[in-house]
Amino acid sequence: MLPLTTTTQAETQVGEPWLNITIFGLFVAITMVIVLRASRNNKTAADYYAAGRSFTGGQNGTAIAGDYLSAASFLGICGAIAINGYDGFMYSIGFLVAWLVALLLVAELLRNTGKFTMADVLSFRLKQRPVRIAAATTTLAVCFFYLLAQMAGAGGLVSLLLGIDDRLGQSIVIVVVGALMILYVLVGGMKGTTWVQIIKACLLIAGAFVMTIWVLAMYGFNFSALLGDAAATAGTTDILNPGMQYGASETSKFDFISLALALVLGTAGLPHVLMRFYTVPTAKEARKSVVWAIWLIGAFYLFTLVLGYGAGALIGPEVIEAAPGGVNSAAPLLAFELGGPLLLGLISAVAFATILAVVAGLTITAAASFAHDIYANVVRKGQVDADGEVKVARRTVVVIGILSILGGIGAQGQNIAFLVALAFAVAASANLPTIIYSLFWKKFSTQGAIWSMYGGLAAALILIAFSPVVSGTETSMIPGADFAWFPLKNPGIISIPLAFFLGWLGTVLDKRVEDPAKQAEMEVRSLTGVGAEKAVDH
Amino acid sequence: MGQNPTPEADFTAAVDFEKVQQEPKFQELRRRHRSFVFPMAIAFLLWYFAYVLLADYAHDFMSIKVIGNINVGLILGLLQFVSTFAITMWYVSFANKKLDPIAAEMRSELESAAVEPQAGEKN
Repeated sequence: MLPLTTTTQAETQVGEPWLNITIFGLFVAITMVIVLRASRNNKTAADYYAAGRSFTGGQNGTAIAGDYLSAASFLGICGAIAINGYDGFMYSIGFLVAWLVALLLVAELLRNTGKFTMADVLSFRLKQRPVRIAAATTTLAVCFFYLLAQMAGAGGLVSLLLGIDDRLGQSIVIVVVGALMILYVLVGGMKGTTWVQIIKACLLIAGAFVMTIWVLAMYGFNFSALLGDAAATAGTTDILNPGMQYGASETSKFDFISLALALVLGTAGLPHVLMRFYTVPTAKEARKSVVWAIWLIGAFYLFTLVLGYGAGALIGPEVIEAAPGGVNSAAPLLAFELGGPLLLGLISAVAFATILAVVAGLTITAAASFAHDIYANVVRKGQVDADGEVKVARRTVVVIGILSILGGIGAQGQNIAFLVALAFAVAASANLPTIIYSLFWKKFSTQGAIWSMYGGLAAALILIAFSPVVSGTETSMIPGADFAWFPLKNPGIISIPLAFFLGWLGTVLDKRVEDPAKQAEMEVRSLTGVGAEKAVDH
Repeated sequence: MGQNPTPEADFTAAVDFEKVQQEPKFQELRRRHRSFVFPMAIAFLLWYFAYVLLADYAHDFMSIKVIGNINVGLILGLLQFVSTFAITMWYVSFANKKLDPIAAEMRSELESAAVEPQAGEKN
């Protein structure tokens, strides 16, 4: 998006940066007070990692929506619909349908069998050490790529919203976002993080709702008329039909299938989403959480459909693409078009809050995984008290925060969609097969889990490294080099079936037989919730 | 978990899970759960991928206008939302009626059995 003429620059440099900063500052101040109040009772590990399991299904569902609707969802999908039309809409369908996997197969069983992390469930009836290490590795990998994407997104966002274009200014903003996030997670733990996510989800969904009604009202609540105007502004009716983005070639069509697979199977393997299920007291509340999340996320994606086409109709794809921030600027530009600087300020603050909340959720997940799985259970072999574990978790938060600030500064200008797709592909390949097998397949063994997790992780990473996203085309990470032999941008269609296959193969070739008593215990616990439901009493 | 005993783990330490697993009541709970979630998961995945393949390869069909500018693709896309909401509500009502009562019953039995080990023998 570099070649801008000065006139478009003047036209698209919208809003009052100071107004945006003030509204964002208000959000930070209000949430900080709430975080401080909410975190006064953070004492035990269950308080710090799982908010004392004190949230209701409705609260947790809202927080899940806050965690899931990242800046990529809000800005990315609005922009994708504004520019690529129908193909942008297909993203949101994959992101929504994926929740059925979580609802039907994972959420409640996971809530009943684990305590704090994904590794708790996966290592329940297998050999603790190797499975925990593998699960923590994949958790940290997913969190890392997701974090990088969010931090890189934060840098890109400010160029539009605060009028900060130079690299130094963007780096400073990344440092500020990172420092705030460290503060939230350090002080508030899971409880504080959850409240930030709840507040952010309410603001985001309310903001999108108001804009949706506004846009629809401009067209007399006639969606067809809005579509017609979007097609007229774009100069082509292709924007209403599938294929603008993915229909280009046979490879790109196949790439879309691969992406669809990663999206639909990735959600239920995202560690920061899985960890949210531990913040509620019972499996029934975990179920309610997912139901709330599905309604909120579904409603939100319907809003983005209107907002995306609204931006296409009222602003036009060419202006959006020329704006600083490019595709991601569709929603903020639409806010300015509708409600002037004030609405733009509000929506910008919500977008910042979005990044902040998602980053906080990822950080606490990564810190919990490191402190609980690696430090407490592997390094210290369980010989550590909860205080010591939480102390390590807090230190890990600071380390991860600093790493993600540095990574975010380094990742500026990188392809954000690539990083998010990588996180989903890794989650679907490395985590989901093992989760499903350990919950439903009696014979599943340690060797199967190890092969599936490391095999899925390695396959996803290797295929991405040799895909056109990294090298070989003008838009690659390394445009000058060409070592791409894998034609697809998303590895899911190979790496996910491979991980399922490796899990099966590792199990049938395993000479060790797992303890049937542990299998029985896990199955009985997962379905009845015995033991887990008492976890509230502290 | 086994290396990190917690109050919850202690509470169920006395339970013979292998025996519970063989109980008809538990078998029934597992059967009900699986015979709902597995077919449903396969059904929605097939429906989702049918939609993905249509959107990916049947551009002409998806571009047929139905009402005004609203085409088949948009309607099928919105139907994905409808089916997701419908399956969600269906599962919740199923779980509330068919799964929760058995799970709650078994839970309280196991809890009282853990307090009075003899009581567990009756099952």
